[in-house]
Amino acid sequence: MTKPLDPDTYYDPASVAGKAPPVSDETDILIVGAGPAGLAAALAAAGHGLRVTLVDENPLPLETMGEEVPLHFGGRMGAAVANRNSVLQTLLDARPQIAEALDAGVDVRLGTAVWGLFPQQRTTAWIEGSIAGLADEDKASLLRFRQVIVAAGRRDMGLAFDGWHHPGVMGVSAAHRLATVYDALECKRAVLLGSDTQALVSAHALIAKGVQIVAIVEQADRVSADPALLDLLVAQGAQVLSGHVIGEARADARGVQGITAVAIDGAGRPLPGVATEIECDTVLLGVAAIAAIELVEAAGCRTSFQAGRGGHVPDIDRAQRSSLPFILVAGDCAGTWTAKSLDDAIARHEGRVAAHTALAALGVVTPPPEPAPLPDGPVFDVAAIRAAWVRASTVHARNEPYVCLCEEVTASEIIGQQPPRYLQWTPADAAVQSAMTSSLPNPDVTKRLTRACMGPCQGRRCREQVATLLGISAGLSVDGIALASFRPPVRPLSMRQLGQVEETPQMFGHWDAWFDMPSQWTPFWLCTGQQTVARRPTGTTHTPPVEG
Amino acid sequence: MIVVGAGVTGLSAAWWLARDGVDVLVLEAGLIGWGASGRNGGGCSHHHSPLFVEEQRLWPLMDELLGYPTEYRPDRISIDLTEHQVSIDEKVVDEAAWYGLRVDRLDPQQVRDVVPIAGDNVLAGYYYHFGGHANPHRTLQAYAWALKNLGGRLLEHSPVLSIERQGNRVTGVRTAQGLISCDQLVIAAGPHTGELAAQLGVEIPLVTARAEMIVTEPLPLLEVGGVDGNGLYGRQTLRGNLAYGGGPHEWVDLRDVSRNRAQSTPLQCNIARRLAELFPKVAHKRVIRSWAGFIENTPDGRPVIDRPAALDNVTVATMSGVGFGLSPASGHAIRDLVVDGRCSFADISSFSLSRFAALEADWQNIQGWLPLPSPGV
Ligand SMILES: Cc1cc2nc3c(=O)[nH]c(=O)nc-3n(C[C@H](O)[C@H](O)[C@H](O)COP(=O)(O)OP(=O)(O)OC[C@H]3O[C@@H](n4cnc5c(N)ncnc54)[C@H](O)[C@@H]3O)c2cc1C
Repeated sequence: MTKPLDPDTYYDPASVAGKAPPVSDETDILIVGAGPAGLAAALAAAGHGLRVTLVDENPLPLETMGEEVPLHFGGRMGAAVANRNSVLQTLLDARPQIAEALDAGVDVRLGTAVWGLFPQQRTTAWIEGSIAGLADEDKASLLRFRQVIVAAGRRDMGLAFDGWHHPGVMGVSAAHRLATVYDALECKRAVLLGSDTQALVSAHALIAKGVQIVAIVEQADRVSADPALLDLLVAQGAQVLSGHVIGEARADARGVQGITAVAIDGAGRPLPGVATEIECDTVLLGVAAIAAIELVEAAGCRTSFQAGRGGHVPDIDRAQRSSLPFILVAGDCAGTWTAKSLDDAIARHEGRVAAHTALAALGVVTPPPEPAPLPDGPVFDVAAIRAAWVRASTVHARNEPYVCLCEEVTASEIIGQQPPRYLQWTPADAAVQSAMTSSLPNPDVTKRLTRACMGPCQGRRCREQVATLLGISAGLSVDGIALASFRPPVRPLSMRQLGQVEETPQMFGHWDAWFDMPSQWTPFWLCTGQQTVARRPTGTTHTPPVEG
Repeated sequence: MIVVGAGVTGLSAAWWLARDGVDVLVLEAGLIGWGASGRNGGGCSHHHSPLFVEEQRLWPLMDELLGYPTEYRPDRISIDLTEHQVSIDEKVVDEAAWYGLRVDRLDPQQVRDVVPIAGDNVLAGYYYHFGGHANPHRTLQAYAWALKNLGGRLLEHSPVLSIERQGNRVTGVRTAQGLISCDQLVIAAGPHTGELAAQLGVEIPLVTARAEMIVTEPLPLLEVGGVDGNGLYGRQTLRGNLAYGGGPHEWVDLRDVSRNRAQSTPLQCNIARRLAELFPKVAHKRVIRSWAGFIENTPDGRPVIDRPAALDNVTVATMSGVGFGLSPASGHAIRDLVVDGRCSFADISSFSLSRFAALEADWQNIQGWLPLPSPGV
């Protein structure tokens, strides 16, 4: 794993040398996510004499859900979510394979989120092996692993329209999770925005849980999903409004009361006078399923925009291996497409392949499974579809809704790279304003300048919209816009909780605010003319913190 | 005139030169501020530096001079939880006296009055009526936009691959797009400054390290946002987030710097704990991001801003970890060296390359500034 430090080599005592992070626990195969893919992986990996650990963040702390993390729950969590024990039971009932995994000897940890994967790499060499940061409701700890299978699922692309900030506007996957895993979705009449297969499959599951889907609003001139699925929804009373977007969601203190769907022309502009009022208590955002790649991307795995997999996904081989060979990816986190949305057998298959790959890497030979099926054609132009939604819904919205709800940033502020409003800055003249454009838009730059994506929801609701807006304004397809980077902790965690991973005595013994280089802080009036020679620090001077 | 590197040092230098009417082109390998300049603590308080007086003079003027906001805010407070921390601040008090600058010693209650999120664990505090902090991203863009408004040019995604010379003069630089000729060259490429200068036979001893920071969700604004302490440096942004760093750094191999993005590690837990101790009343607030950056370091930790004697038209500038705050002044100093041959406002002889004449060949080993062994993934 790690070569021990050479005892004859002197290492800078203020550096990380000899201060490796305190690991409280170890496993051989870590699996993140106890959905179909993760459970299949866990069951396939168990029983071979290796330690298998399966973590799933459900049941989530209520506070985290309130932050719209990891999904856009839109405040539609029923009272039941506050009772962790009953939620836990509901979860176990909904996913009987969790009990099977326990029986098979898997170390199952529910209510536990992975907030970072930290592999030892050449510029993070102080980490010994590969470490996962774990957090449950109030504790945080570090777990060492040898192989990890990330089956973190998907989330829903956010889409701004007037009134989308109200409670009751939520992701369709979030609704699906609340209804099926928590049995605690507060929703009676819902409008579904978007009509791809994934969205319609989720809508069907919601109907089974007592939700009425009153309308499907689709910007394109026809529904893209499987016609049979659509017919079933129509038979259940759903009105189909293709060539429409939501012009406005009306709400009272408890949330959404209804929407106005407006017809659009070929350029996404609202057609005057063609509007439909619909009463509903919920709007389900189903315009795009987004692979939950934050853990793998932040860990350093290569990603790319793959239309056939629905957008940015980790680059994986047929063995489900990412560009970092000890990080494997399975399930929706590796991307979604029509056949995969219709049947979770593909996700489970990917999980089993990943388990085989992980076992093989650790020296356990199992019969090789067939590689999992690849995306099918014909492929939708995912980039063009996103651009069409954002143009019609957001760019042409009447009252400039915030795209980034945490930081309150509008589409025109994002496109114009405007400093946030709290700075109360206005350009001195037109030249000053016109310099603020870039021919090569980059979402990481936009984040830094406008603060869009920088709030507590960690950009979950706006990052795809921001990238799409930048593409629209530069005349580029979204697949040509770089992916904004993800950063740990990929779940917001309190300082107190994160701080439970203690400073080791070695770290406590030599912690400095900066580099502890005495000569760096020697006032210039004391160092004129003096030659610099190499020095080992004598004693611990520790630099003045004020210098940072 | 070509400047290599669109970090704060290169951009400030280019802006100062453009203000003089010089035709400047900045070449940047990645994007503006992709190096340490976009990943630092935003501190602007370097009283040990010969550039300090100019740094302090310029910061309050920068928004107006540049035409764009930098989020500069004056003053710093330091909070000490241990006797050891107090002794460090007392040293700063002595040094401030050299300039005749004002420092107020605060008792624990006074600390809690100005920094209401501090706790009962405060031993002492210091209010420094100098220094300050600014937003690195905004400052970088402000330099870049101001440069553009003066007719200067900036090419991103354009790494300088090699430097062309004839005799004692550099004639141009080579990029993937071809040869670009110049009359003067400024190398301000952060950790890569040494590597580029080496092509010209100029040796700049430099080792790179990785350091990291965390940021919290926004909190109500403090009166003074630049509050350090408990082994941490940082600032409250004007949005209200706490952005803090500190603790051990990691020495890395320069070849790995271009290949890897700087990543944060579980050190973020330790920074979070120290921040919770420094501000116990907001320990329940959430950390929402972390990041890391690669920092250039000279053997004595002091900048290099110099014109190598063997060449007629080259200036090298690398700031050794204190470059953000000093950038308004370092750009001015570089401009002076390029245009006038000497710095007009400060004695920067302590930044000269000649100070390394007696440096041991194995200085890096002696100081232990060594990357750790790794499996080389
Ligand atoms: C975590 C952290 C906290 C810090 N805190 C502070 C602080 O509070 N206060 C402070 O003053 N300083 C701080 N610093 C240090 C400060 O950020 C640096 O000293 C400063 O940014 C250096 O700026 P620079 O322009 O010289 O170099 P860099 O920012 O490294 O810029 C160099 C640029 O050159 C480009 N480049 C390299 N090679 C080539 C090539 N061949 N061709 C073209 N371009 C090239 C790079 O891409 C890069 O953009 C901190 C740094 C870090 C990482």
